[in-house]
Amino acid sequence: MRQGLSNLFRHRVLIQSLVMRELKARYRGSVGGYLWSFFNPLLLLAVYFVVFTTVFSPPQAEFGDTQPYALFLFCGLLPWTWFASSLTDAANSLIAGGNLIKKLIFPAEVLPVVSVLANGVHYLLGLPVYLVFWLFFKPEGLSLHALWLPLVILTQLVLSLGLGLIFAALAVHFRDIRDILANALTLWFFLTPIIYARQFLQERATAEDATWVPKAVAAVLDLNPMTHVMDGYHRAIFEGALVPWKRLPVTLAVAVVILLVGYGLFDRLRDSFPEEV
Amino acid sequence: MAAEERGAAVRVAHVTKQYRRAAHSHRFLTLKSAILGGNLFKSLAPGEIFTALDDVSLTIARGETLGVIGSNGAGKSTLLKIIAGTTKPTTGDVEVDGKISALIELGAGFHPEISGRENVFINGIMLGLTRQQVAERFDDIVAFAELQEFIDAPVKNYSSGMYMRLGFSVAIHVDPEVLLIDEVLAVGDEAFVHKCLDKIASFKRHGKTILLVSHGLESVRRLCDRTVWMKDGQIAESGDPPRVIDAYLHWVAQKEEGELAAGHERRVAAEDHDASMTEGGAASAAEAAAPTTVPYEPGRWGTRQVTIDAVRLLDAAGEQHYVFRCGDPMTIELQLTATERVADFAIGIGIFNRDGVCCYGTNTDIERFEAGELAGSATVRIEVPELNLIEGAYYLDLAVHKLDGYPYDYQRGLVQFRTTSPIADVGVARLPHRWRFEGGIRWKKGGG
Repeated sequence: MRQGLSNLFRHRVLIQSLVMRELKARYRGSVGGYLWSFFNPLLLLAVYFVVFTTVFSPPQAEFGDTQPYALFLFCGLLPWTWFASSLTDAANSLIAGGNLIKKLIFPAEVLPVVSVLANGVHYLLGLPVYLVFWLFFKPEGLSLHALWLPLVILTQLVLSLGLGLIFAALAVHFRDIRDILANALTLWFFLTPIIYARQFLQERATAEDATWVPKAVAAVLDLNPMTHVMDGYHRAIFEGALVPWKRLPVTLAVAVVILLVGYGLFDRLRDSFPEEV
Repeated sequence: MAAEERGAAVRVAHVTKQYRRAAHSHRFLTLKSAILGGNLFKSLAPGEIFTALDDVSLTIARGETLGVIGSNGAGKSTLLKIIAGTTKPTTGDVEVDGKISALIELGAGFHPEISGRENVFINGIMLGLTRQQVAERFDDIVAFAELQEFIDAPVKNYSSGMYMRLGFSVAIHVDPEVLLIDEVLAVGDEAFVHKCLDKIASFKRHGKTILLVSHGLESVRRLCDRTVWMKDGQIAESGDPPRVIDAYLHWVAQKEEGELAAGHERRVAAEDHDASMTEGGAASAAEAAAPTTVPYEPGRWGTRQVTIDAVRLLDAAGEQHYVFRCGDPMTIELQLTATERVADFAIGIGIFNRDGVCCYGTNTDIERFEAGELAGSATVRIEVPELNLIEGAYYLDLAVHKLDGYPYDYQRGLVQFRTTSPIADVGVARLPHRWRFEGGIRWKKGGG
């Protein structure tokens, strides 16, 4: 296992090259080139902003402290996009890269890792756009708690790598995984505090007149590791508060376990890849 | 034996590779046993498996060029993939000593959207180079591929020839110790194929180990030190390239003759063979010699306008033997029959040892006999005053063929004989020699 992970380190140049290739290939052949990676979230951000300020304005009291809502929404939507497309791409990576696995002496685990990292770079490229919008609404800038951001990103990275390896390995044998995953991610999106704050559900669940439904939802929510990652983003960026200092490290530990299990599973199934893809 | 001395670059030991016959006929285990066992599926019933390689053992010596031939589905590519490490054997072991580069599919890792330059870097890194090494070799790679003008264009705009050239160039500049080549010479224009062959020849000169899988029998004949013929997942024949290639071609021709004729021929051959075996066994069990005077059909091909009817190995007194002392005289006597008059003919012999190495070969054409006429029956004797082959078993190939090599009758492994020697010198043949000593050197006993 340790050897496997050090293998990944050994292949860092290859991973780096492939991530660069992924990014270049995505924007090559388009006039705007890299600018599109800024423009895409910008456009989306503008649309959401218009929708949530003029067309549909969520009542402040009911949605908790989520104003301006476009900023709140994007705080979670950008990393979620990273997470969801990482898993989708990773699940497809071995099948798409079948040529490499079949025809070259190629470390297969590199492929899902590249999927996660390339989407991670996209997220990072989207952050400055977000910051510009942020400064437009809140000229005072971010709080110092934003310095926790790397820890939150790390947690998400480890979690995505682990899940990416698992889905990549299984999708080779069970192609249905890709379709199941696409649907599961939609459900997962709503079970993760992105369009609402975790605190909002917690308050509902702990209210005196709470039925079992919000309580159950809140419990399920807390079992989802992405909940705490999202809460981390919301606090570090949007609220300017300390990240959940207990729940986040626990989530990181869980993510590490998932990564180890994922790598173990991947390694076990490795020999079957060239024949199955 | 030679392989052991030089050290093996590739060692394949009892490798068997089985594939599922039908894709996606999975039978699942529980997840727990899947994770513990490393396999998600129950082992398959015999009817569901296809055995691509069946207990294949093979050693490739360092610096050797080995050609693998055989019909489609014989297991050539599977063998290559197993040596390359892209596929794991079902059972058995593979050891490769040294950096390996596989030309299985050229440009397999290229991404169409990005430039040739970037693809060279990424492909080089995929093949195990560092960025620095690719940078150093970059100009050579591009020059070899003849793509200086287009190197900054996206690969999707390349012609298939350009694509392949670049792929070949990168793979060859990895500078491996072991190079695996699968059929890649079959594609590409004439000029580039020549260039590739030259490059492979230069690898050979530099003492690299090469495994070449090819349908291009001519390139196998030209490049390889040794040839392996794969048939139904097993090694059917291994040894001297012309010999193995001829055996393969003969087999192909025989297969094409149609089932009925082939079946008949095989039955006759088997009967003859059996008869001669009992004869030989009765004559001399100790010498354990192979069939003597009766044609050995499975290793025989040609038009039969002229046939080799009998062969005898004679000692100085004209008596038939199968065991000779190293250095004794030996006469090979052939009985030929020409069913029709021919003017274009040559008679040749080849002596092979157990490893399939040609120890000596010659024919009348090489020795500047000018063919006149061959009609009716004839006797040919080749007198060897000193049979200087080291101790071991030898096989004799005999042929009557046209001057361009087209065979009337080619018989492979027609006669087996053995040489014995009181001393255990090594190599192929004993060169006539004498030891001389001067100065302060003394022996208690002379040699010999």
